[in-house]
Amino acid sequence: MREERSDMSEDEDGGGGSAKSRGGGGAPPPFSDQVLEIVLENVLQFLSSRRDRNAASLVCRSWYRAEAQTRRELFIGNCYAVSPRRATERFRRIRAVVLKGKPRFADFGLVPINWGAHFHPWVSAMAAAYPWLEKLCLKRMSVADGDLSLLAHSFPNFRELSLICCEGFSTAGLAVIAEKCRHLRVLDLIEDYLEDDEDEMVDWISRFPETTTCLESLGFDCVGGAVNFEALEALVTRSPALRRLRVNHHVSVEQLHRLMARAPQLTHLGTGSFGSAAAAAAAAIPQGGNNVVDLVSTFAASKSLVCLSGFRDMAPQYLPAIYPVCASLTSLNFSFAEISAEELIPVIRHCHSLQIFWVLDTVRDEGLQAVAATCKDLRELRVFPLDATEDSEGSVSDVGLIAISEGCRKLRSILYFCQQMTNVAVVTMSKNCQDLVVFRLCIMGRRRPDHVTGEPMDEGFGAIVMNCKKLRRLAVSGLLTDKAFAYIGKYGKLVRTLSVAFAGNTDLALMYVLEGCTKLQKLEIRDSPFGDSALPAGLHHYYNMRFLWMSSCKLSVRGCMEVAQRLPHLVVEVIRERDEDDDHEAVEKLYMYRSLAGPRNDAPPFVEIL
Amino acid sequence: MEVSVSDFDNLKATELRLGLPGIDAPEKPAPVSPRGSKRALLKANEECWPGTSKSLEADTSNQEAQPMAKAQVIGWPPIRSYRKNSFKARKAEVEAAGLFVKVSMDGAPYLRKIDLKVYKGYKELREALDNMFRCFSTGELSGMEGCNGSEYAITYEDKDGDWMLVGDVPWEMFISSCKRLRIMRRSEATGMPSSP
Repeated sequence: MREERSDMSEDEDGGGGSAKSRGGGGAPPPFSDQVLEIVLENVLQFLSSRRDRNAASLVCRSWYRAEAQTRRELFIGNCYAVSPRRATERFRRIRAVVLKGKPRFADFGLVPINWGAHFHPWVSAMAAAYPWLEKLCLKRMSVADGDLSLLAHSFPNFRELSLICCEGFSTAGLAVIAEKCRHLRVLDLIEDYLEDDEDEMVDWISRFPETTTCLESLGFDCVGGAVNFEALEALVTRSPALRRLRVNHHVSVEQLHRLMARAPQLTHLGTGSFGSAAAAAAAAIPQGGNNVVDLVSTFAASKSLVCLSGFRDMAPQYLPAIYPVCASLTSLNFSFAEISAEELIPVIRHCHSLQIFWVLDTVRDEGLQAVAATCKDLRELRVFPLDATEDSEGSVSDVGLIAISEGCRKLRSILYFCQQMTNVAVVTMSKNCQDLVVFRLCIMGRRRPDHVTGEPMDEGFGAIVMNCKKLRRLAVSGLLTDKAFAYIGKYGKLVRTLSVAFAGNTDLALMYVLEGCTKLQKLEIRDSPFGDSALPAGLHHYYNMRFLWMSSCKLSVRGCMEVAQRLPHLVVEVIRERDEDDDHEAVEKLYMYRSLAGPRNDAPPFVEIL
Repeated sequence: MEVSVSDFDNLKATELRLGLPGIDAPEKPAPVSPRGSKRALLKANEECWPGTSKSLEADTSNQEAQPMAKAQVIGWPPIRSYRKNSFKARKAEVEAAGLFVKVSMDGAPYLRKIDLKVYKGYKELREALDNMFRCFSTGELSGMEGCNGSEYAITYEDKDGDWMLVGDVPWEMFISSCKRLRIMRRSEATGMPSSP
């Protein structure tokens, strides 16, 4: 679950150290100025927001230096926007780094493997510059085992490692981290892709120190293979500070029961399979009717639980075991559990405090109505499809959306996959949920219109940008004409992230957005009919953006080249899947981003930098 | 699908839709549907953009609309492979398991095992069993349709432990409840209810 990762949210942005080009240093200032700087440093150290810090650094050279000396957390939203050397030279005393790599569409297979975002140059630079580094959070980076090893050996005070949607490492890398990072408090692996061969997996859990550990959070639900359960149980037993534990689906409900008994102080629990599979037989744990009863009392004993996730292979008969904690849950992730409305309702009925709820569409509109009836404090809802194909039946619809909007007035963030939607439903939500910051609606059938009126979804999305005055992130879908984009450009003044797919009619649509959305930072577009003549509309703005992604649109090399020539600090990458000898002019994928580092030197052959 | 915005010329004529042919509104023009690679898709798109007079109405008879609508596009719907694989893995486990049941035949020295999932219906099953046990019988098994002329009856044990005559229930129901098969001699089958 992402609720702790507010600093990773796509909505929080800033140039980090990258946006403003200033030299760092120069001749030392006179004595009186030095005193001033020391005073300044003492004040600035209390400034935590990176936006505030960026602003402070612009005041004058003195403030720039003082800010650079006192910044403790470095946020790099695009690893190619600045070189590691430049970042480490400006900021000398960093303790925590957040580093993001590939564009988000890489999650959906649109970015070829080996495109880049290598962690190696960063860890090498940091190993030299930041020996006191404590925290590292990587998102969509390519991380090798060697990098993890270097990390483990270079930072004696290292405490927290979060890897989100990363790839390239294996259990071997995890083993080094476990063994060498003696002060490790947090090891969170979230939706990573580990390169493990079945027979080459390393027992990394056994590599944690034998003594009492200071582990507070351990999450490995994305690790594919089974971990050594005895070692895990022993680890949990000797980790009194453990508050967050997320196991993978190889941990059966019986094993979970044992872990929970060892750690009744847990606040966040990822339950693994929550089913009684072959794992139980293999571990020779006696089965029987007692198990469900035991499980209930175990949950009852876990008085601090506020967040539940997992439920990978859930056997419905175990679900009632969680009733004792439902009333205090603020976060519940059922998005891997194929439960029906009938199975959900008895559970959700108790969840009055729920703020974050992720679920599969198997619960149908009826299930969502139950959520709306109980979860009055809901802030974030994500409804994922069980069958993520275009022709799937679709189990939730406009009915569910309306119900949620009427019951959950405090909703801030929604991600909703469906097959059928109406403008009326979206408009209703826009009026009922005025606090919406994130609105992501995915009508899975491409270019599907309002299923009642047959009209485009323009009015619905128009209402969202008009009525939801705090909206920062928007993802559109369904049949959309240029009109929808005219609305977005006119009213979406705070929108920072916009995702577009199979939408719009002409270049005008893109122009509306580039001209109108003054706070736009991330724009990702696929399969929409936008061509070269729309690109110049954003020339005044591209330096303020983190990136622009356009794939399967109507761009040509010539159009992109013009942009590249007009804006020298923009890196314009043309990504080709394969050798397209028949048409070198067409641009299949465009990824362009501001950068102080210039064209990167690690670009693979299929990337052309204009 | 009508878009009644007067400031866009020829919007309807130049509108390109890649989605499913209209389910709810039959008057919608069929989508242009180039086959093959994205390359071809781009080229076809270019033919229909504003500036050309090609009308989509001409394409309503295009028979390629159906396959295009069904073609899956990379990365759409936008679900991370992590999530897709979690369900795929489970589905694959279930599917790979197959539905193997033992088949015994009265008088045969050994049993056989078959995977019910590979057969589409009773006819295929009957033929397969015929082939498998041909060596043990003098004639065709043909135990499915009526009792006339055949030496054997094909029966199965269902979830409740009852022995039933094969062929009465819909195929899907049969394979979900069948635990094992027994090819029974007619002479022993006199106590069985005859098929309707």
